[in-house]
Amino acid sequence: MVRVLMKGTEAMAEAAIRAGCSAYFGYPITPQTELIHYMSRRMPEAGGVFLQAESEVSVINMVYGAAAAGVRVMTSSSSPGVSLMQEGISYLVGAELPAVLINVMRGGPGLGNIQPSQSDYFQSTKGGGHGDYKLITFAPSSVSEAASMVYDAFDITEKYRHPVMILADGALGQIMEPVSLPEQGASKPSVKNWALTGAKGRPANKIFSFYLDPKGLEEHNLHLQEKFKNIDDEIKYEEDISDDMEILVVAYGTVARILKNAVQKLRGEGKKVGIFRPISLWPFPESALKSASMKAKQVFVSEMSYGQMLEDVRRIVPDEIEVKFYGRAGGVVPSPNELYIKLKSLLERGV
Amino acid sequence: MSNQILERPKSLTQKQFHYCPGCHHGIIHRLIAETIDEFDLREKTIIVQPVGCAVYIYEYFDTDVSEAAHGRAPAVATAIKRVSKGKFVLTYQGDGDLAAIGTAEIVHAAARGENICVFFVNNAIYGMTGGQMAPTTLPGMKTATTPLGRDVKKQGYPIKVSEMLAPFEGVSYIERVMVSSPKHVIKAKSAVRKAFKYQLQEKGFSLVEFLSACPTGWGMPPVDAAKWVEENMTKQFPLGVYKEVGLDD
Ligand SMILES: Cc1ncc(C[n+]2csc(CCOP(=O)(O)OP(=O)(O)O)c2C)c(N)n1
Ligand code: SF4
Repeated sequence: MVRVLMKGTEAMAEAAIRAGCSAYFGYPITPQTELIHYMSRRMPEAGGVFLQAESEVSVINMVYGAAAAGVRVMTSSSSPGVSLMQEGISYLVGAELPAVLINVMRGGPGLGNIQPSQSDYFQSTKGGGHGDYKLITFAPSSVSEAASMVYDAFDITEKYRHPVMILADGALGQIMEPVSLPEQGASKPSVKNWALTGAKGRPANKIFSFYLDPKGLEEHNLHLQEKFKNIDDEIKYEEDISDDMEILVVAYGTVARILKNAVQKLRGEGKKVGIFRPISLWPFPESALKSASMKAKQVFVSEMSYGQMLEDVRRIVPDEIEVKFYGRAGGVVPSPNELYIKLKSLLERGV
Repeated sequence: MSNQILERPKSLTQKQFHYCPGCHHGIIHRLIAETIDEFDLREKTIIVQPVGCAVYIYEYFDTDVSEAAHGRAPAVATAIKRVSKGKFVLTYQGDGDLAAIGTAEIVHAAARGENICVFFVNNAIYGMTGGQMAPTTLPGMKTATTPLGRDVKKQGYPIKVSEMLAPFEGVSYIERVMVSSPKHVIKAKSAVRKAFKYQLQEKGFSLVEFLSACPTGWGMPPVDAAKWVEENMTKQFPLGVYKEVGLDD
C-alpha cells in the first residue's frame, strides 16, 4: 500500500482505476470536477476509456452501455447531474447492470450552489428513479474511506448486479488527506457470461428491462426484491457507544466527522455521549441503530439537510426515546463548536 | 412479403414479427439481418434497440442485443463500441426516438464520429404510443396530437435528419432510402451494405434513413400507405446520398 496525500475526488478516481475500472464517462460539474480531470489523464494511461459526454443523460446511458458490454464502469457527478441520471439508473437496476456512481453532493434545490450538502439522501436511498428499487448507497467520512469504498464498490456492484452509489459531499471531495491507496489488480472483474460480447459459441445475450406481460414483470420484480434482501450483507456502520449514554449522536459523512470533535470535547467534560455513523445508507443499519439507541436517553441527529436520514432514524428508534435534530443546509457546514453548543444545551436541559 | 417467410436470415430468430400489416419495420429488420449474414458478423454484432414499435428487436435478432432508454441508443452504442474491440455495433431507432427525445445523443454521436451504424426509421409519426405528431410529421398531416393537421406556425417544421447530420466531419456516410417497392428494397439493401462497410473500415459514423410506412398510425390501408411514402414523404424528405467520404477498395 502506498500512502499519499490526495484530494477526496482524486483519491476516489485513482481507487477506481486500481479496482480495474476500464471505462469512465462524465460531464463537468462542481464540486467533482477534479475527478473528471483526473480521469481524463489517468484513464488513457491505464488503457481504459475516458469520454466527456454531452450531458449527464448521455453519461448514464454510456455507463449502461459499457456495463452491458461487461466492463467495470464508473461515473461521477454532483446533485443536479445526478438528478438527470435517474431514468438511466432505473434502467441499470431493471436490466441488472453493475456500475459505480459517485455523487459529490452540493446545495440545492435547483441550481443551488457548489457548497457541500447532504440533501440527496432521499434521492439515493429511496429509489430516485421510477420503479420499485433502492440503490446501494455508501457514505464515506474521510478521504481514505472514500478511496477504499470506491474500490470495494466494484466487487459489490458485480456481486449483486445492482448499481452502487458513493454518496460523498463537497467537503469530502475537496479536502486533502493521507490515503493508503489500494493495490492495482487485487480486485478482479468477475466473469460475466450474460454480457454483450457477440454471440460466439453461445446463445445470444439480451440486456433489457422490458416485460410487456404484467405477470412477467411481477416475476422480475419479485426476483429483484429477493436479491435486495441479500444486500443486507453489505450493511456497514461505525459506533462508539456505552451502556448508559445521555445522548447518542447519529450522523454520516462530513457531519459525522465534525460531530466526533464535539463528542470528544463533551466526553472530556465527563458527559456520556455515544456516536453512531451509518456507512451504508441503504441498506440502512437498522438493527444496530435500534439496539444502540436503546442504550441512550435521547438521540441526536444532524445532517446538512433539513432532516432526510432523520426520517429513517425516527422510524427505527423506539418511540419512547426522543429524537432531536439539528440541520444546516444550502451549503452551510456546521462547525464543531456549533454542534458542541447544541449538544451541550440538550444535555443541560436533561431528559 | 412472401419471400420473408421462405428463407429467414440466420441472424433472425424464428419469432414472427408483431408489426401491423403493411408496416415497413419488418422489411428493414430483414435487410439488416441479411447484411449481418452476408458479412458474417452475427457473432460480432451488438444491436442497440430503441423504445418504439421496434422495442421487440431483442426477440427477433439472434445476435446480442441491448435495450436502450427512449432516445439514448447512440449513447449506449458509443460506450459499447468503445469498450468492445472488434465488435460490430448498430442502433435501430424511430423518428420520435432519434429526432425528438434523443436529438442530443444522435447529434453528438455523429459529431464525435462514433464508428457505429445507425438505422433510422422515419415513419413521420409515433407508432408505438398511438400515432402522435413526430418531429418528422409532414406539414398538414393529421395525427393524434395534430387533429387539424400539423400547422407549421404552431408546431414548427419537420426535422430533416439526414440533411442535418451530413455536414458533421465525423460522419462518413448518410443515405435516405425507402422500401415501398422491390426496386427500392434493392437500393435500400445496398445502402445498408455500404453503411456496414463504413464501420468495418473504421471510417466513423454512418446512418441510413428509411422512409417507412405506418398504416396504423396514418389510418391508411397498407397499399395506400406505401404509395403515400412515395408520393408525399419523398417530397419532404428527398431520397439520395447525403454524405459519402469514400471507402477503401
Ligand atoms: C422517457 C420516455 N418518454 C416517453 C416514452 C413513451 N414512448 C414510447 S415509444 C414512443 C415514440 C416512439 O416513436 P418512434 O420513435 O417514432 O417509433 P415508432 O413507434 O414509430 O416505430 C414514446 C413517446 C418512453 N418510453 N420513455
Ligand atoms: S404502429 Fe405503425 S410503426 Fe408500429 S407496427 Fe404498426 S404500422 Fe408499424
